[in-house]
This record gives sequence, structure tokens and C-alpha cells, in this order.
Amino acid sequence: MDIDVIIQLLDSTMRLSTPLLLACLAGLFSERAGIFDIGLEGKMLGAAFMAGAVAAVTGSAWIGLLAGVGTSLFLALIHGFASITLKGNQLISGVAINFFASGMTALIGQNWFRQGGQTPALRGDARFQSLDWPGASALADVPLIGPIYSDLISGHNLLVYVAFLAVPATWWVLYRTRFGLRLRAVGENPGAVDTAGVSVIRLRYSAVLICGLLCGVAGAYLSLGTSAAGFVKDMTAGKGFIALAALIFAKWKPWNALWACLLFGLLEAIGNKYQNIDFFGLFIVPVQFMQALPYILTVVILAGFVGKAIPPKAGGVPYTKER
Amino acid sequence: MNTTLPRWVDIGLIPLINLALALFVAGLVVIFIGEDPIRAVQILIRGALGSDYGIGFTLYYATNFIFTGLAVAIAFHASLFNIGGEGQASIAGIGVALAALTLDQTHWLISLPAAIVMGGLFGAAWAAIPAYLQAKRGSHIVITTIMFNFIASALLVYLLVNVMKVEGSMATETRKFQEGAQIPFVHEMAGWFGLKMARTPMNISFFLALICCVFTYLLIWRSRLGYEIRAFGFSEPAAVYAGINPVKITMIAMLLSGAMAGLMAINTVMGDQQRLVLDAVQGAGFVGIAVALMGRSHPVGVLLAAILFGILYQGGAELAFEMPKISRDMIVVIQALVILFTGALENMVRIPVARAWLKLDRRSA
Repeated sequence: MDIDVIIQLLDSTMRLSTPLLLACLAGLFSERAGIFDIGLEGKMLGAAFMAGAVAAVTGSAWIGLLAGVGTSLFLALIHGFASITLKGNQLISGVAINFFASGMTALIGQNWFRQGGQTPALRGDARFQSLDWPGASALADVPLIGPIYSDLISGHNLLVYVAFLAVPATWWVLYRTRFGLRLRAVGENPGAVDTAGVSVIRLRYSAVLICGLLCGVAGAYLSLGTSAAGFVKDMTAGKGFIALAALIFAKWKPWNALWACLLFGLLEAIGNKYQNIDFFGLFIVPVQFMQALPYILTVVILAGFVGKAIPPKAGGVPYTKER
Repeated sequence: MNTTLPRWVDIGLIPLINLALALFVAGLVVIFIGEDPIRAVQILIRGALGSDYGIGFTLYYATNFIFTGLAVAIAFHASLFNIGGEGQASIAGIGVALAALTLDQTHWLISLPAAIVMGGLFGAAWAAIPAYLQAKRGSHIVITTIMFNFIASALLVYLLVNVMKVEGSMATETRKFQEGAQIPFVHEMAGWFGLKMARTPMNISFFLALICCVFTYLLIWRSRLGYEIRAFGFSEPAAVYAGINPVKITMIAMLLSGAMAGLMAINTVMGDQQRLVLDAVQGAGFVGIAVALMGRSHPVGVLLAAILFGILYQGGAELAFEMPKISRDMIVVIQALVILFTGALENMVRIPVARAWLKLDRRSA
């Protein structure tokens, strides 16, 4: 395997990790505040559709992004209303949101554009174009550093960089701000936070809305920032669940989330590039195994055989103020 | 707020209001698309119940949902949320296909019981690992069953592409089962009594589903094991205090749940397709969640809710034909709304109803 192939693989790893990373950090905010969210998939899907549809009509990727984020925030609010205000079952609410997004995007997509649930292909300003960093083309011919700089680091669109910058940002918010401290506390012991005179409800709603925002960007990336150039029916294809798996794999920590999403992105990149992997003629790893690997790894981690994943203590439990 | 409501309010009125809300919002979606919701409902009902053909298809779909609904319901009683019905049913399809392919030279009276055992075993086996991890290691069963759904679909693709496919054929499916593993359709059974019915995929598994409803009722409310399951679901510490083994109950409840989801494969793989195809489950595992929630985890409720969803599936197909603007995706939207209103937003109705009831109660006293 020569260097070009490796660079190419890592390059597609970055692109494939982007939506996972955004969705994973989205889930991190929500679950760290004690709200389980298995509706990441649905929020991404809804956002991908609205972003694609609005960008197709207005011709602006930015307005598309706003529409996508708006849709995701709306779905996040439903989840918040069900699980915070009404103290309903958070898992059931997540399931409902996934189906709602899956059905509505297909239904409305067909009605608006009549292209089998797709939005029209996006061109020019309706997509996020790749950004070339200064000196990228000049350095391209320098061995090793050239391809790394010009292919791997430069040449992605804005949302890819946003996703990777979101990792230190999330870490800073969670571990270096008062809001972050309270957010983590509300996921472990909401009673204590309430006793300290801080509103549990407001904190949890903020977490759910941040989750909606990030899922919205993740979805918009799928339709506006990838080679799909538009929305395709059910285009998230389980990415929201891989992000959820990555979140558990990362034990609900931001830097771990980066590595987990890069790993799962790499697995997907390898699976896309090679069909069946021949291990020195000894045995063949089928492509389906590569596809299932993120889920298998997550189960292994959850089982606690390789380091235990312990979720936030108050996760999934509605908070009832003492009466 | 947990005032005791009379039973008819709790299991009758509140689910009906929730359902009405879900259908109301679905109606708004139809108006948004630019169609007449009243006419849509008429077409839907006529398509589902207007002929013996429609009824046959409705009950064929309902059969799937009874199995998956009971599966979710049994786990709910132990306060376990089994989202893995989809994966359990598709793995069970492999078991059913193996039984049918091995025994299709015999008679369906032999191959059907074998397929029931194999389907149940395979479905239970696919639920066993998440169940064990929940019981012994505390791994959240919702997450593990979701993961197992994805693993199941990858495994099924692998097996069909590489192992079970007919050699030289492009289609990812097994060979067709021969006569010895073809179970009777209901229109054939009607023929035995001299009745004429339209040809539909509804088959003998419908009656198996009804038997499973009775079995579930007896198990949950009329057996010692069922009592233990319900006690465990109600309060784990109390159950443990009473000497109920939590590992045992978690395992048994999930194995039964997986087996129940697995029996669905009898209806689709053996009854309808007569071969194992790639996507035999088609989301029925997830419909089971809506069915169990609406049926309040009671077999009678599950049966009624399953028929309702059968009507939606069959009627929805007819509706998509007559009103092309309302594609079959509308069914998924309605399913989502039912889950949302009867599951997640249940308290939105329950709390005001309970308040109103309290007021009425005080006034009459």
C-alpha cells in the first residue's frame, strides 16, 4: 500500500467522520445533561432534507443550513417537551422522532420535487464548496508533506472544519465553563443542582437545543457538503446510530468522541474502497463484517470486557421536583 | 400525579384520545399535502375492509404486528424495552428457512412445527446476548438491541449473498420451498369448508398469532412466572426483596420476547414468500413498538392495535394508488405520530384527564 492510497483513505475518513462527529457531540451534550437521545438519526435526516430542499429553491447553501438547523431544533424541542416537561419516556420519544423524520422527508420530498424523494441536484453556491488553504497547490508536489497538506488538511468544505473544531469547543464548554459544570452535574445528580438554586429544566432544555443545533449541522453537511449534492431518501442510513455507538465507545467524553468517530469513519472508508479484504491469503474479511464492526465494537465496550462504559447517572430519568 | 382512574378511562378513554390526536395531526399533514383527509380516510377504509381481498391483506399484515407487538409487550412487562424485534425476526427467518429447506419433501404438518421451533429458537438466540449483557453486565438493552438490529442485517446480507443463495442466480434469495413446506393459505382453508375467498397472502399463521395472544395472557396474568415478570417490571428492588431472581427474569422475558418476534418469520418467509429474501421483515419489528404502546401491553389491546395497523398498511397501499400524492410513507408518519402521542406525550392527555376526573369525583361525592 503506497502513500497515495493511505492519504486517499484518510481523506475520505475525514469526510465520512464529519457527520458522525457532529451528531456524536450533539448526543454528548444531551446525554451528559441526563436526556437520552436515540433520535439523532431522525434529527439529522430532517435537517438533511430541509437543508437540501431550501438550498435547491433559494440557491444558497447558507439559507439551506439555517433551514436544516431550524428543522432539527424543532424536532429537538418535541423531544425536550416530551422528556423534560411531560416526563415521558425519552427512548420512546426518540423512536417516534426517527420514524417521523423518515416518513415526512420521503412524503414531502416526493410531493415537492417529484423525483422519488430526492431534491434537485445542487450546484454552485447551493453547496458548501471546498476551501483551498494558502499554498496548497504550490506545496502539492513536495513529497509526503505536499499530499498531506494539500489533500488531507486543505480542500475540505467549511462544515468539515466546523466539526473538528467543535471537539475542543465542546471540551472547553463542558470542562471550563460554569454552564458546562452545571450541565454535567444535572446529568449526574439533578437534585443537587436544583438545591443549589439552578433550574434543572432550563439546563436540560439548553442541552437538548445544543443537540438539535449540532444534529442540524450534521444533516446539512450530508445534503450540502458531500458529493451527493442534494437530499436522497433515507440518506442518513444509520449514521445517527453509528454516532450513538461512537458516543458510548467514547464513554461520553469529547476527545474520545473524536477518536471514536475517526475510527468508525476509517472503517467505513475501508469498506467503501475494498469489497472483501484478503488477509495475506489466510482468510477473507467480508465487507458486511466491516459494516457491522462499529456495532460489534460498541456491544463489546458496553459489555465492559474492554474498559467499562458508564453512562451519566441520571440519564433517562425525568426530574421531579420535591413536593 | 397518580390518582387512581377507573379502568375504562385508563385503558379505554386515554388511548382513544391519544389515537384521535395522532390521527388529527396526520389529517393536518394530508391537508398540507393538498388532499382531502375525509376522502383519504374513506379510500383507506374501503381499501382495507371493503372486500374479502382487502380484509385478507389487512389480516396478513396484522399477523406480523401481533407477533412483534406481543414481543415488545412481554418485554415491557419486565420493564425492558426491546427495540430489537426487527433483528430478531430477520434472524428467525434464517431458522425458518433452514427448517423449511430441510423438510420440504415431507408435509406441512411436519415442517410447520419444526419451523415454529426453529424460528422461535433463532429469534430467542438473537435476543439472548443483549439479555445476558443487560442482566449480568448492566449494558443498556435499548442500545444493545439497536446494535444487534444492524449486526443482524449485515449477517443476513452476508449469508444470503455468500451461503444460502441459489448458485448462479443474481437474486439474493434462497430457492423456493417445495410443497412440503408450503403452509395453507386462508383462502385454501376456506375452500376445505366449501367457502370461496379471494387469493391473499393471509395464511394459517394468523391462527398461530391468535394462539400466541391467549398464551401471552395466560403467561403474564395467570402464571407464577408472569407474576414474577410483572413484579420485576414494577419494582426491581421489591422483586429482589421478594426472592425473585433478576437475572433469571430478565433472561426469560427477553428470550420469550425474541421468540415471539421470531415467529413473525413463519408468516412472511413460510406463508407469503415461500423463500428467504433479503428484506422479509420490512419494518414490522418497529411497528410492534407502536402496537404494544397502543395496546397497553395487553394481548387484547395488541390484537386490536395490530388490526388497526393492518388496516393502515393495506388501506395505505390502496390510498397511494388512488391518491398518488399520499405515498406509502404516510403510514410511517402515522406510525410515528401514534408512538409519539400514545408513548412519549401520554402525560399530555393523562394529567388533564386525571384532573378533570378528580373534580367530577369530588362533586358527586
